[in-house]
Amino acid sequence: MSSFVIRQARLIDPSQQRDEITDIRIAGGKIDAIGADLSGSNSIDASGLWLTPGFIDLGGHLAEPGYTQKGSIASETKAASRSGFTHVCALPDSKPVADSAAVIQLIREKAEQAGSAEVLPLGALTQGLEGEQLANMFSLSEAGCVAMSNARQPIKDSYVLRRLLEYAATYDLPVFLTANDAALAAGGCMHEGPVSTRLGLAGIPETAETAALAQIILLAEQVPVRLHISQISCARSIAMLRNARSRGHDITADVPLANLLYTQDTVHGYNSQFHVQPPLRSEDDRQALLAAVAAGELAISSNHRPHEIAAKKAPFADAEAGLSMYDYFLPLAMSLLGEQLDISALVRSLTQLPAQVLGRQANLALGSAANLVLIDPQQSLTARRSELLSRGGNISCRGEVLTGQATAVMRNGHWIYQAD
Amino acid sequence: MTHPSQVQLTADGRLKHFLTTEGLSRELLTEILDTADSFISTQERAVKKVPLLRGKTVVNLFFENSTRTRSTFELAAKRLSADILNLDIARSATSKGETLMDTLWNLEAMYSDMFVVRHADSGAAHFIAEQVTPGVAIINAGDGRHAHPTQAMLDMLTIRRHKQQIEGQVVAIVGDILHSRVARSQIHALNTLGAAEVRVIGPATLLPRDIEALGAKAYYRMEDGLKDCDVVIMLRLQKERMQNALLPSESEFFKLYGLTEQKLALAKPDAIVMHPGPINRGVEIESAVADGEQSVILNQVSYGIAVRMAVMAMAMSGQQTEENAQ
Repeated sequence: MSSFVIRQARLIDPSQQRDEITDIRIAGGKIDAIGADLSGSNSIDASGLWLTPGFIDLGGHLAEPGYTQKGSIASETKAASRSGFTHVCALPDSKPVADSAAVIQLIREKAEQAGSAEVLPLGALTQGLEGEQLANMFSLSEAGCVAMSNARQPIKDSYVLRRLLEYAATYDLPVFLTANDAALAAGGCMHEGPVSTRLGLAGIPETAETAALAQIILLAEQVPVRLHISQISCARSIAMLRNARSRGHDITADVPLANLLYTQDTVHGYNSQFHVQPPLRSEDDRQALLAAVAAGELAISSNHRPHEIAAKKAPFADAEAGLSMYDYFLPLAMSLLGEQLDISALVRSLTQLPAQVLGRQANLALGSAANLVLIDPQQSLTARRSELLSRGGNISCRGEVLTGQATAVMRNGHWIYQAD
Repeated sequence: MTHPSQVQLTADGRLKHFLTTEGLSRELLTEILDTADSFISTQERAVKKVPLLRGKTVVNLFFENSTRTRSTFELAAKRLSADILNLDIARSATSKGETLMDTLWNLEAMYSDMFVVRHADSGAAHFIAEQVTPGVAIINAGDGRHAHPTQAMLDMLTIRRHKQQIEGQVVAIVGDILHSRVARSQIHALNTLGAAEVRVIGPATLLPRDIEALGAKAYYRMEDGLKDCDVVIMLRLQKERMQNALLPSESEFFKLYGLTEQKLALAKPDAIVMHPGPINRGVEIESAVADGEQSVILNQVSYGIAVRMAVMAMAMSGQQTEENAQ
């Protein structure tokens, strides 16, 4: 059997408490050996590079089916792999909505043909994401959905919310919910605060998230459901989740990378790229979210949402929400490394924590599937629209020089991305 | 995108668009008022036209209906000897699939020199200024809740002509601040021009969050907010606010915030009363005050033309300076 040795990389795997320079051998699609001076039929010298488990994204929009002017499963999974993702959860708000086995099957086939990051489909919680009638969750799970989500579409009322939690719990299906009170958020296009007041833009108050989160937590405490909160944006939400955990309710959560990088201040000048959902909030919120990532309380998700250029060429409120994150996700995430956040916590939030949410493994232990990323922490590049793998030109960092690149990404023993 | 206040200036700090009063220097705002003052005297002549915009084409691009504002811009353009084209583009045109960008590209083919823009979206004028061909001046005639800078400047002119100066005045703006682009533009202009204090008065539902960050002090009661004011600016209350759980009724609003002679007595004896119009008599102001001695509401309308002439002339000249420089 052929084998492949990666020599002298700095292996960073928080789930195994590893951070050391070593060799690692891959054979039969699995981690076959870890240690010094390994032999194999092929090898590369990876000295100076970091080696981590493959990243798992708990939520990105792949634009297919239905929005091919914005992207395709092939283009977006390729862009994801460029930043080290071996697995991405596809949010269900495609067109048609991912509420039938046929759509799930289509998504999985397209992803397989693309041969890049593996797509883990999220099934719709309610039919058409309309928030009223439960979707066929069990059938969706059988078709390959890893969890159920309503994207950011509202659940009609607390009765439906209660029942869908109970139904999902019956079959042990993980539920991903966003905390967003539709009535409080109605009409808003950015964080409600001094910047929205100055610009005259309708705000989304913090309470749109926290009031909804309180309701979700209280209902979920009555049901033994595997609950994950997607895309939190407020400091207050972290405290509420901590409080629920202290009472024994194991609720997980993620934060979109954009909410760790940016605040409401980016909207000054009506830059429509920063029209995103959830909105970019205050510096205090951003700091609290970073601290929660550092403490291992939050996974980081991409909330990748590609758009064609025209979708953003409009006055701020009319521009479509979302940022194209995949291409430059890794260097942008690495730009957060510093006093508050170290590399081990960052890798944990992209590997171990999202894997736990999905009941999977993401590690470089002996015998584990060979899903891994080689990172050159020194390499810089300029972010350019012309060099995107994603079809979404709506990036946040156009023209910026970014440091840290994936040089190669492996899924199940096969290279799915190699830098030029 | 760059900050609106920078987009509207040439490299040497002259006006080339007029998008917002925010971030403009005291000198520049004063220059607008001085220029407007000079146009007021020309308007009193039998021949009211000046040739500053001769040969230029001005397009009134109104995505929201407003006969009054549009008419004053039209008159201002005509008195500057410009050719003027009125386009009322209902919002339905863009919802039929034509984007704002499509509309702009079509209009640019007409080789116009200036767009006067009113749009329901905050930031729309700024967006257009960033997208149009260089050389075309954009005048903001109201964008969403963000800014209505010509209205604010005509209010400044009104205050200056009645109070001699803006410096040192205590000004209260009353009513629906949340939805008011006029209030936002007034707050910036008043602070830059040296007002002693800018106050906003209204119920918490109609005061935007963190309004203090803009440089206005929030008051919830007229009794507190009107005390010792030199200038009282009443805002129009839109009827739809009652449907949106922001207010219980017009009568309760009038009881609390409607300007009556009794409440006006709390302000300084020589305080002036302003209103951008159109007035809802008996909702935000009683007739006795609107038509009373302290009211300067009708004067405001006639200053509107002069102020619009001033910013149109200044922006066009800024565009030409920039063109010559290149």
